[in-house]
Amino acid sequence: MAFIKIHQKNVKNVEEAIKVCPFNAIKSKNDKIEITSACKMCDICIKKMPDIYEFIEGKKVKINKDNWKGIAVYVDHVEGDIHPVTYELIGKAERMAKKINQPVYCLFVGSNIKHKAEDILHYGVDEVFVIDKEELYDFRIEPYTAAFENFITKVKPTIVLVGGTTVGRSLAPRVAARFRTGLTADCTILDVKDNTDLDQIRPAFGGNIMAHIHTPNHRPQFATVRYKIFDAPEKNKNKTGKITECKIDSNKLKSNIKVLEVKKKEKVKSIEEADVIVVAGNGIKKEKDLEMINQLANKLGGMVATTRPLIEAGWTDARQQIGLSGRTVKPKLIITCGVSGSIQFVAGMNNSENIFAINNDPKAQIFDVANYGIVGDLYEIIPELIKKL
Amino acid sequence: MNITVCIKQVPGTSEVEIDEKTGNLIREGIDTKMNPYDLYAIETAMKIKENNSAKINVISMGPPQAVEVIQEAYMMGADNGYLLTDKKFAGADVLATSYALSQGINKMDNYNLIICGKMTTDGDTAQVGPEIAEFLNIPHVANVKKIIDINSNSITVEMDMPKTVEIQEVKLPCLITVEKEIHQPRLPSFKLKLATAKRKVNNITFKDLDDSNPENFGLDGSPTQVLDVFPPTSDRVNERWKGTGKELGERISKKLKKLKFVKDN
Ligand SMILES: Cc1cc2nc3c(=O)[nH]c(=O)nc-3n(C[C@H](O)[C@H](O)[C@H](O)COP(=O)(O)OP(=O)(O)OC[C@H]3O[C@@H](n4cnc5c(N)ncnc54)[C@H](O)[C@@H]3O)c2cc1C
Ligand SMILES: Nc1ncnc2c1ncn2[C@@H]1O[C@H](COP(=O)(O)O)[C@@H](O)[C@H]1O
Repeated sequence: MAFIKIHQKNVKNVEEAIKVCPFNAIKSKNDKIEITSACKMCDICIKKMPDIYEFIEGKKVKINKDNWKGIAVYVDHVEGDIHPVTYELIGKAERMAKKINQPVYCLFVGSNIKHKAEDILHYGVDEVFVIDKEELYDFRIEPYTAAFENFITKVKPTIVLVGGTTVGRSLAPRVAARFRTGLTADCTILDVKDNTDLDQIRPAFGGNIMAHIHTPNHRPQFATVRYKIFDAPEKNKNKTGKITECKIDSNKLKSNIKVLEVKKKEKVKSIEEADVIVVAGNGIKKEKDLEMINQLANKLGGMVATTRPLIEAGWTDARQQIGLSGRTVKPKLIITCGVSGSIQFVAGMNNSENIFAINNDPKAQIFDVANYGIVGDLYEIIPELIKKL
Repeated sequence: MNITVCIKQVPGTSEVEIDEKTGNLIREGIDTKMNPYDLYAIETAMKIKENNSAKINVISMGPPQAVEVIQEAYMMGADNGYLLTDKKFAGADVLATSYALSQGINKMDNYNLIICGKMTTDGDTAQVGPEIAEFLNIPHVANVKKIIDINSNSITVEMDMPKTVEIQEVKLPCLITVEKEIHQPRLPSFKLKLATAKRKVNNITFKDLDDSNPENFGLDGSPTQVLDVFPPTSDRVNERWKGTGKELGERISKKLKKLKFVKDN
């Protein structure tokens, strides 16, 4: 079994040896240092104090990575209407597949979708696997998982990418668990190594750090990625690749779930579709002051979004939240007002084309991502700006 | 009806930062709290209990001090608490966490319904619920925003999708993960605090579980591994403007005009 070995006699300063752990998982007991169950195996103690903490590798049967080939993208759709995150993932998959010289596959699961699969062939994938069955009309977890399982067993892709949509976030963990393999949620950077290991980077530990994660000894490697993180490829005039229909037995698609009704929500324009966004952050002192932000957004023909604290205060709607637990946006222009720029917020907007940030704290992190960092009091700047527009 | 609710203790503040110069992690305060999304899960169970008579069992996996969130759940009305704790569980990723929880759940009272929060504020994956359901081989519905009906055979829920709301009737036993809008969580009650002060929390350790292979737990049972952590970087054009409110307001408007976001008139 893998574990961290502690070389007690190299411990000169107990307090310092304990403090190295950011998770308070190292404790001293009877003059001995111990690692508790709070350990996250983040490796920090091993890196910082290698003479005290040593990583002991467990004996593990190594899998044969050559048995797994290709990068697969799950086609996220509602009744054949393909979610654009799918194309973004196809683009990413193609760039990675080129590096390891492997094919790109798509998995398209649903009912009466065969004809829609043709669309995907305009994006340069090698093969679209279609599982088209009546039982797969509505999204129900067991039949969809079974269809996904069927595909993986047959095709054996080394990497599987799933959009971080409502369906993807429910389906991907279920399938990953079925194959007893790893799944990294909401990756913001992906790359592939020559040995087909997937480098996955995501904000982690609920703090302002990025974690570099890999899945060294399991296949397939699962990752979910949110909408608007990667760029979609151009649509080609010509079709390439082929469509392969997969057969699956109906009794594999049984479910304990009955869909009684699907209600359409009234369509509200979401911040994801806006070209211009003005963001209100915690620097806004009173709910009434949001009026000023609305005014600015109106002048620019844009929408208002916010950070989480304002939603928690009940001033704004959860649908307006940008960030890791909100929406990811990629507008042409975004102006943040009184936003500190926490990693969770920035993860949802740092691909915007032009970022203006107004903040009175010259050390605010938002200035790291801003193209135009404006140091000053938003209450003085915004009224002036509105006047000039 | 027996309801099992999965709750987790998370850091009270999310301020983990990296010192750019030394590369050290800075973590202020070690206070902890119940994962805020799990309060909604407990509240959902309480609402079912009020209308149907049910027993609420909570489970948390974590270090010994995670017993605090179980006591908090008692103060909200939970009946029975289990703490899944063992050094062998340390370093668990989503898969190993979900697997250990599913093993722990099997050691508790039988369940008709399992309720999880939508996600945690530290792990922030929203994956543990669906993976538990897979390991227990029961159906799950994520993003539940309303319970329409529950009886001894099935539960009918509204599942929130981006453009639609799906009403699903699911046979019990099943697992649901609940959205924030489902119910406003109650505050812990002082009366219940006194009444439950002595109520015990059951410990479940590795040796209590059916699976006795340590390779399936903790770091060894985790397919994903953290290679390293680093502060986020960026390579953007990065200008810094200073001046009075008037100067800055003017400068922004000029720039916006130049970038053609407003017509120059
Ligand atoms: C797992 C997890 C997920 C999260 N997900 C999200 C998410 O999706 N979205 C999100 O937004 N947050 C998220 N958060 C919260 C996030 O960590 C921050 O707490 C939040 O983004 C901070 O919002 P803020 O910048 O508006 O507020 P603050 O951090 O309070 O910053 C306010 C800023 O305004 C400036 N300011 C104050 N007064 C003025 C003034 N008069 N003029 C100019 N500037 C002024 C201050 O200098 C400060 O920098 C998440 C946290 C966790 C742990
Ligand atoms: N260690 C844990 N103990 C108990 N429940 C947990 C634990 N981790 C996650 N959960 C449950 O799974 C949900 C989703 O967590 P996560 O996948 O970490 O975002 C949480 O809201 C909890 O209900």
